[in-house]
Amino acid sequence: MVFDVPLSFLALQLFIGLQNGAFYALLSLGLAVIFGMLNVINFAHGAQYMLGAFATWLGLEYLGISYWWSLLLVPIVLGLFGILIERALLRWLYDLDHLYGLLLTFGLVLIIEGLVTDGFGSSGLPYDKPALFAGSERLALGALTGNERDFMVVPIYRLWIIVAAVVLCIATWYMIERTRLGSYLRAATENPALVRAFGVNVPLLITLTYGFGVALAGFAGVLAAGLQAITPHMGSNLIIVVFAVVVIGGMGSILGSIITSFALGLVEAITRIAYPEASNIVIFVIMILVLLTRPAGLFGREA
Amino acid sequence: MLRKSLCAAALGASVFGASVFAAGAFVQSAVSAELSDDMVKIGVLTDMAAVYADLSGDGSVLATRMAVEDFGGSVLGKPIEIISADHQNKADIAASKAREWIDTQGVDMITDLVTSSVALAVQEVGREKNRITMVTGAATSRLTGESCSPLGFHWAYDTYSLANGTGTAVVKNGGDTWFFITADYAFGHSLEGDVSNIVEANGGEVLGTIRHPFPSSDFASFLLQAQASGAKIVGLANAGSDTINAIKQASEFGIVEGGQNLAGLLMFVTDIHSLGLNAAQGLFMTTGWYWDLNDETRAWAARFEAEAGKKPTMIQVGTYSAVLSYLKAVEKAGTDEAGAVAAALKSMPVNDVFADGGTVYANGRMAHDMYLAQVKTPGESAGDWDYLNIVRTIPAAEAYQDPTQSGCALSQ
Repeated sequence: MVFDVPLSFLALQLFIGLQNGAFYALLSLGLAVIFGMLNVINFAHGAQYMLGAFATWLGLEYLGISYWWSLLLVPIVLGLFGILIERALLRWLYDLDHLYGLLLTFGLVLIIEGLVTDGFGSSGLPYDKPALFAGSERLALGALTGNERDFMVVPIYRLWIIVAAVVLCIATWYMIERTRLGSYLRAATENPALVRAFGVNVPLLITLTYGFGVALAGFAGVLAAGLQAITPHMGSNLIIVVFAVVVIGGMGSILGSIITSFALGLVEAITRIAYPEASNIVIFVIMILVLLTRPAGLFGREA
Repeated sequence: MLRKSLCAAALGASVFGASVFAAGAFVQSAVSAELSDDMVKIGVLTDMAAVYADLSGDGSVLATRMAVEDFGGSVLGKPIEIISADHQNKADIAASKAREWIDTQGVDMITDLVTSSVALAVQEVGREKNRITMVTGAATSRLTGESCSPLGFHWAYDTYSLANGTGTAVVKNGGDTWFFITADYAFGHSLEGDVSNIVEANGGEVLGTIRHPFPSSDFASFLLQAQASGAKIVGLANAGSDTINAIKQASEFGIVEGGQNLAGLLMFVTDIHSLGLNAAQGLFMTTGWYWDLNDETRAWAARFEAEAGKKPTMIQVGTYSAVLSYLKAVEKAGTDEAGAVAAALKSMPVNDVFADGGTVYANGRMAHDMYLAQVKTPGESAGDWDYLNIVRTIPAAEAYQDPTQSGCALSQ
């Protein structure tokens, strides 16, 4: 017993916290990558995540595309959609203040959510996840507690979300921090003019980066489709928290975003046991504390 | 700079708009003594785009239009106008919209008012400004209880009747220990309170309660606490996508397999549509109306569906009934003065596609038969929208609280 609650219960709550952290990680990673490269605060990230979930539903309903294919195809489609937005709209704003990019993407949110609400209603759509992921498994905790009868129920789908998010986060981090392409990206962030002088096509890099960030949001959307009702507002409810996560972690820091996301998921989980009414604000309280003490974020560099 | 110029533009527009409306209102009110502004204007204040838009929203506006059409398009020889707006489920936005409508647009009656906090706020505005409010969307029984108003009416359903219908049936079936997962605002608290009273009155026990932020998308943590409580029934005192997500996620933790049962305390036919029968089958729910009750309801629903593309919810049909009753009352009173119309409403039985022999109590509650229903299995259903088996008709007097017990000063 810890906090007067059984260990199996506590373990499961922390597990749920990690799973929520997985969503924060996927989304904040996309935001951080986009901000790092484009200097655009992508407010449309939540709407793009929502579109990922809707695309998954549409794929199954009208084209018979299975969940597995959606995991691959939806991020590609969303990535192309992102590239279209970047080429048609965002690229005109790079020389202006951050505020313009934020306003433009916020306008996109209103338009996209309005159109989706008009087309599909607001109460949500049902999506049946693959049978493989239904239900839960019992995991023995005897080795930890010394009591052979202790066990923890692990919902398989949530376990899959954590695994998928961790793998994708590590792959993204590796690509940006440890590969040649990543080194171009980081260099272009530091000094685009110089990198261009070396013959690297910087505008193409920027476009692809935005597409990649949006594809990550789309991937998170596919994961969410199997977990909750698919509604036009699922993104805006989540994105505010994700922004707070990014601010806490430090804008533009990849590893910082990932670590902060999982840590805050855990903090939220503990709050849900201790005082559930506060579970929606605890992250913002932390954000205020971080801003007061380390304005650049926990992992951010002072500008 | 940008903010400054935006503010200036908005201020300019609103001053201009207000003066135009004020001038219009002055000219019109000088003409007729019976009907203010020489017309009856009905305001549908609802959620147009967020969580409750499907169960009220545009559908309520359509239902209002159908009521005006069926009434003949005019009352006492004067035109009937409809106006609508989105209150975004925020009480402050709703109250200021209601004030603007009454002060500058000559609105005589405001209806729908989904979301309990909104309904409570606008009912107060109506009382203060002498206008009728007819709540069809919100559920809290406080509207006709401690917060009742002589000009406020509550139509389609309320938390007491939901509690009474589902709560009683579940306790009588052996579900005598409860754990609540409650939306943390006026409606959730009211519903939880009413169901707790019913459960305890029937010899049951409430083991615990958890209040979740509204809206929430992840219920895992709350469901686990409900599971750990060991209660036989997990009561969902929430609505819309909150209820849908909670039911959907309950299956992941084997709550039903573990011997506990879920009770959705407020569910609409659109919620079942969104959940799918696989997830929703077997759930008990209490409703004020269902499209497949008789020939008349089927015909009305078909007419609604032809335009809206979906079946109506009890809120939307309730709005139809409220507007139709209001117009009948204006005709009977010979004026749209709120006090006279309220008296007329309380003296007339309600007979239409929504209610058969409904009565309006002194506290403003329209009492009518409610239905205890069970969601069909996929095998029983003939297809889209064929979702419910009516298990029992709950007579009006039993379904709704005795007005003398409601705590409303008007009915003591």
